[in-house]
Amino acid sequence: MSLEVHLRHRLGAFRLKADFSAPRGVTVLFGRSGSGKTSVVDAVAGLIRPDAGRIVLDGEVLCDTARGVWTPPHRRRIGVVFQDGRLFPHLSVRGNLDYGRRFSGWGRDRSHEARIVEMLGIGPLLERRPGALSGGEKARVGIGRALLARPRLILADEPLAALDEARKAEILPYFERLRDDVAVPILYVSHAAAEVARLATTVVALDGGRVVAEGPAARVLADPTVVPAGIRAAGAVLEVRVAAHHDDGLSELDAGGVALFVPRIERRVGAAIRVRIPAQEVILSLEHPRGMSALNVLPGRIEAIRAGEGPGVMVSLATPGGTVLARITRRSAERMGLDVGTRAHAVVKSVAIAREDVGGR
Amino acid sequence: MEGLPPEARDALLLSLKVSLWAVAASLPPGVLVAFALARWRFPGRGLLNGLVHLPLILPPVVTGYLLLVTFGPRGPVGAPLAELGIVFAFRWTGAALAAAIMAFPLMVRAIRLSIEAVDPRLEQAAGTLGASRPWVFATVTLPLILPGIVTGAILSFAKAMGEFGATITFVSNIPGETQTLPTAIYAFLQVPGGEAAALALVGVSVAVAMTALGLSEVLGGWLTRRVSGR
Repeated sequence: MSLEVHLRHRLGAFRLKADFSAPRGVTVLFGRSGSGKTSVVDAVAGLIRPDAGRIVLDGEVLCDTARGVWTPPHRRRIGVVFQDGRLFPHLSVRGNLDYGRRFSGWGRDRSHEARIVEMLGIGPLLERRPGALSGGEKARVGIGRALLARPRLILADEPLAALDEARKAEILPYFERLRDDVAVPILYVSHAAAEVARLATTVVALDGGRVVAEGPAARVLADPTVVPAGIRAAGAVLEVRVAAHHDDGLSELDAGGVALFVPRIERRVGAAIRVRIPAQEVILSLEHPRGMSALNVLPGRIEAIRAGEGPGVMVSLATPGGTVLARITRRSAERMGLDVGTRAHAVVKSVAIAREDVGGR
Repeated sequence: MEGLPPEARDALLLSLKVSLWAVAASLPPGVLVAFALARWRFPGRGLLNGLVHLPLILPPVVTGYLLLVTFGPRGPVGAPLAELGIVFAFRWTGAALAAAIMAFPLMVRAIRLSIEAVDPRLEQAAGTLGASRPWVFATVTLPLILPGIVTGAILSFAKAMGEFGATITFVSNIPGETQTLPTAIYAFLQVPGGEAAALALVGVSVAVAMTALGLSEVLGGWLTRRVSGR
């Protein structure tokens, strides 16, 4: 799969100028609200016509304003998972799931449907009406409905934004399974750094209608200049391996030879996962700390120090497990004499690594 | 039925026939016009809206007279139709036409309100699942506006049953051909000793109106529950 997007669009005073390409896997459009993410999704789905642009999916030109090419939405075979589920209220869950089948070319083959219903755990809901479903159930049925139309690409427009934290934790694993098991390419819109860290293969960061960063998730998220993350949400993503589960409720992870301890996670030993370490939970120390409660210490060398407005600076530390971001005060940085090349240790409390920041790869 | 004088029974049966035809024939254009007014922006939209609502504001006699002038044997529409053997003036078909036109604003209004209540994003969602525009209309829009269509149909049926002014002006009051319930009541009241028959017809009118209203409530409520997703 490859998706190539070039868009120019004006909405009132807002100008969208987005050029990016999405390789295999999950590409996350990352940005605050108002950054133009939804306009991009609507243009790819064919729900709006851009003023100018070109959209190519797997070599098929869906939209090319210069040549007057425009494929209507129902011929694009792009499934959309909407924020509110957007289920048809007059149809049962089964009716909703079946809606796209007629056009998918599957005919009577129900084996695939059974697999998707099983994966999403919506079998017991089939005869229910959308009005009788909870938010999380609606979200799962919405995913199933989009998948059963056999799309070439799934667009997910902030599918979790309307859900509370518990429901988010319930739905996010399903998107991980889509990525890993169903292997359908996904263009996923989000403004939540934790979601991006768990799902993204590629991140396209948007701000003010422009692409400000594009690349592999770990790299883009470790770049503190990427605006959408915001200084508070900034945090590095480490690719790690589950090393062991301990009896005291902790799991041990292997980050390039360094042991990290996090609250128990339900993954088998050996599984490759990602952890996101929020920059403001990281303490820097020049010496290897002793007599300290924090369990996780990652030694490294400072790659960059970036000062923003206000009293804080963002320090990038290259460690064996990958780049770790630390947000500390400018005063501390000066007192410790930190500079590029300085050897330092990143110290992180285990409980600072939130469960929603740990996910499959 | 048995207790009614023959003229009264004829009038009731004719009224039912005229009203059913009026509703059946005006439903498809009613949905189309309601859809156009609710969703499309086109030149002449205001004019169309005014034209549809005109019978609601004009004195019914005026509407009846305009129908007579237009669809009469020598009218600009009536004359060519008469060549084809389609005659409205002084026929039951004319009564149906008059009833349909008088009831049209009520029907369009009810359907239009229900179309405006449909979330267009549901139709977009159907499009992304592969459904073409006509298919989306048939499988999403139409089921969702069904309560409005039923309400509009029943309202306009009740209106057609009671239509008097335009009917009597356009097609007169011919027993067995154009004498509907209201015109029959009027005729009975004009002759000495006709009060009893008129009263019986008044009772029938009230019964028909109440039945229509009750049916509208029950059916409308049931359909609304069905499409609300609970």
